[in-house]
Amino acid sequence: MDAANILPIDVAGAIIALLVGLGLLGLVLQCLPWVIYKIIFPLSALASLGLALTGLWALGAIPNIAVLPLGLPDLPLHLRLDPLSGFFLILLGGASFGVSLYAAGYFKTMAGKVLGLLCLEYHIFLASMAMVLLADDAYLFMVAWETMALSSYFLVTTDHNIPDIRKAGFLYLLMAHVGAIAILLSFGVMQGGHALSAYTFDAMRASHPTSFWSSVAFLLALFGFGAKAGVVPMHVWLPEAHPAAPSPVSALMSGVMLKTAIYGILRMTFDLLHTQIWWWGVLTLTLGLLTAVFGVMFAAVQEDMKRLLAYSSIENIGLLLVGIGLTIIFHVYGKDALAALSLTATLYHSLNHASFKSLLFVGTGSILHATGKRDMGRMGGLIRSMPWVAALMLVGVLAISGLPPLNGFVSEWLLLQAFLLSPGLPNSYINMLVPVAAAVIALAAALAAYVMVKFYGVIFLGQSRGETVEAAHDEHAHDAGFWERTGMGWLALLCILLGLAPVFVVQQIDHVTQRLLGTHLGNAATGWMLLAPVDTERASYSPVYFLLAVLGVMLATAWVVHHYYHGRLRRGPAWDCGFPAQNARMQDTAEGFGQPIRRIFEPFFKIESEVPTPFDTHPEYHGRSEDRLWYLLYLPIKRLTEKLASWVSLLQHGHIHLYLAYTFVTLIVLLVFV
Amino acid sequence: MIIDKVQIPAVVFQLTQLLLVVLAAPLLTGWVNQCQAWLQNRSGAGVLQPYRVLHKLFLKDAVIAYNASWLFRVTPYVVFGCMWLAATIIPIIAVDLPFSRAADVIALVGVFALARMFSALAAMDIGTAFGTMGARREMMVSFLAEPALLMVLFTASMLSHSTQLPYIVSAFSRHQFMLYPSLAFAALAFLIVLLAENARIPVDNPNTHLELTMIHEAMILEYSARHLALIEWASSLKLFAYFSIGIALFLPYGIAEVGQWSALPLSILLLLFKLVLAGAGLALFEALSAKMRIFRAPEFLGTAFLLAVLGLLIHFLLSA
Repeated sequence: MDAANILPIDVAGAIIALLVGLGLLGLVLQCLPWVIYKIIFPLSALASLGLALTGLWALGAIPNIAVLPLGLPDLPLHLRLDPLSGFFLILLGGASFGVSLYAAGYFKTMAGKVLGLLCLEYHIFLASMAMVLLADDAYLFMVAWETMALSSYFLVTTDHNIPDIRKAGFLYLLMAHVGAIAILLSFGVMQGGHALSAYTFDAMRASHPTSFWSSVAFLLALFGFGAKAGVVPMHVWLPEAHPAAPSPVSALMSGVMLKTAIYGILRMTFDLLHTQIWWWGVLTLTLGLLTAVFGVMFAAVQEDMKRLLAYSSIENIGLLLVGIGLTIIFHVYGKDALAALSLTATLYHSLNHASFKSLLFVGTGSILHATGKRDMGRMGGLIRSMPWVAALMLVGVLAISGLPPLNGFVSEWLLLQAFLLSPGLPNSYINMLVPVAAAVIALAAALAAYVMVKFYGVIFLGQSRGETVEAAHDEHAHDAGFWERTGMGWLALLCILLGLAPVFVVQQIDHVTQRLLGTHLGNAATGWMLLAPVDTERASYSPVYFLLAVLGVMLATAWVVHHYYHGRLRRGPAWDCGFPAQNARMQDTAEGFGQPIRRIFEPFFKIESEVPTPFDTHPEYHGRSEDRLWYLLYLPIKRLTEKLASWVSLLQHGHIHLYLAYTFVTLIVLLVFV
Repeated sequence: MIIDKVQIPAVVFQLTQLLLVVLAAPLLTGWVNQCQAWLQNRSGAGVLQPYRVLHKLFLKDAVIAYNASWLFRVTPYVVFGCMWLAATIIPIIAVDLPFSRAADVIALVGVFALARMFSALAAMDIGTAFGTMGARREMMVSFLAEPALLMVLFTASMLSHSTQLPYIVSAFSRHQFMLYPSLAFAALAFLIVLLAENARIPVDNPNTHLELTMIHEAMILEYSARHLALIEWASSLKLFAYFSIGIALFLPYGIAEVGQWSALPLSILLLLFKLVLAGAGLALFEALSAKMRIFRAPEFLGTAFLLAVLGLLIHFLLSA
């Protein structure tokens, strides 16, 4: 094969093989930990970058396919790299480049066997996610999907000696498999009981199931991928499992793995299924709205920094589902320009979420290493001892709050534009749903800013809230090392670049929308400065000018103030309001900062609080805000399962002659009836 | 590119407004305070008092807490820059503002959010009880006020088929006086948001020194001298920006069209008249109402949010 004939898919396949190889190498070299973190992880970061570049290459190319003569006899593996896969490869590669660089520094403290295993699982996880994106038949897809679930399960349970983490891992495994069964059934429905060869995606594309069976397939897929993405009410595992994993893995799970579920929904809905039905969109939209508000509300009352981020991921998945729902609705009603707009917003937001959520999650890893704590209520003032982490995390926090000129704002802007352009749908009920949905999105976005002020303010600002010894420790908490800074720096840069060059990003996404919807968004304005999705009179946004204006105004102000007046500055004690006995414990804790939300949205939480009486000499206050769904949905299912199991166990006595009798009776029954 | 379409008059308009708002904003605050003084039977310090206060503050030495970080020192500049920018992109004297193309109404809400985020973070930076309390309360007020404002602006965008303020305003000003039912709801919601976001009674009180009821003032307790001056100035700019949004959306009549030089003096006079009236109205409203308990504030703002959504729904139902 000469160089001209190399296709993106060959490169992608080679990189996946390289990733697996690096993982195995890590396992073999586990007695040389420095090789693992100094060579293997940086190499794997480069491989990830290669994956991202391959994805970029594949966006513009025609879809290319490959058939690998592996697997079961007569069931070769089909691979395919089209713009949709390419886009998600960029997401995977871009985020994991930063995370792997970070991991090179983060895993330094681990040594020996654990590190070797971790290295293998980490790379298998990366490779399987890439494989999910490339799979072009149900068989390979399910194998890759399960590998992804299992490898991430092992990563989640890295600290398996802690019972809570084992429990979290079990819950994750259970939900992952319930979801996987639904996906498998969905493939089964689409395959339609045809010949064995119909398990390829190509055969599914060619088959035209009736609208009933399409709906069944869609619902199964939505349930299965929704369970992986943490869509309410299948979300309970997410805030348990994501925080339990080591921080780089949490970053990959939240930043990238959740997006594979989004990829799955998009692939099923717009590629494999031929027709869409309007109520699919309404259902997805409603689920998305519920998920978004639920996630952000619960994020506001968390005390554990990683759980807070996990709930915030649920919120973002909700926003993505809203985008998909809108796309389906617009597509069904033939409003293709709008469908392209909302799909672009969805894809853009996936990319954004991958960058800022990975950044924030790896940042919590540095904090965890420096302070040994996950409870925000015992931190504070880390901006002084960890200036690098604080500065980089500020970028992530501003981006996730959807503030201009960073990337979170662009996708939010696009999504809101889609809502604003929507009047005129033939179904008047949907027409009324649209403004309500826009209002809910706006509310969720504003609440996200609340959550992020809490997250950043309680951790980095103020004074250390811990006991005196801890506080002294926090004052000298070490900043992130070189690799950690580099990884975080890349992710922060991604947040900034995706925010400043939206026109370029939208151009790339156009390849995907063109492929899925047959139309693309384009840009009404010329040049790369001004983003104008429909026409320049309607709406436009230019982050570069915006940034220049804000910076210009700020610098001019600073110059004028210092030039015409003076720059004298003194330091003194903080003002104590005439009460000199103030101490660090009088600041808001994480719980205190979330209190207004808990009070305003009281009916949604299951709140247990113990308030001491005024006569208590050692008053202690406890408060817990729990998820009602766990009690209303999951525990009844668990009890039902246990009850059924106990009935079934009536058959079991442990006497061999009884079991022989069962066999005998079954045989007789079969002989009589069959 | 923006540049190739921009004509000279537009740039002149934009620069005029840039300077006008930053110089005139304290005057508006002074006028509101003066009206309040009159309503309270005091003689008042005159409309120029805010300038004197700013000058005095700029001359003083800044004192910051021992543990204040760089975030604390940068915030006044960020807040001031954001508010100045916000007041600059709202068309008040002429619709032809080239910079408005870079930032539409959603970005306008984003600018306010950016400033708020920085103020809240800076308030938590020192780590005093009041700072964090102020930040928490400010965020509590804003998470309802911000979507309400967005919905108000959406209603206007739907009516004018654009999210760009110049197009919205020129669409509204060209119509004969006409009452859109959806816009009436939006106007009510906007009034509530204006009160809440500018720390006015009944949600907050800009003149309060009673710590337990403070919201905005609690956040800036630690600031002094030039930092405080910038923040006070930014508050004036914010009030000015909100008045401008109100005027632009609900009373845009008399604004200068693209390239209309001759209309400029009249439009400035009209603007002055509207601002004087609006400032007096605000003072009167504040004199007549009492501050509400902090936990009533979410209900008050929830009302604004619902009204705004209702306005949008009415637009969808009646397309008017």
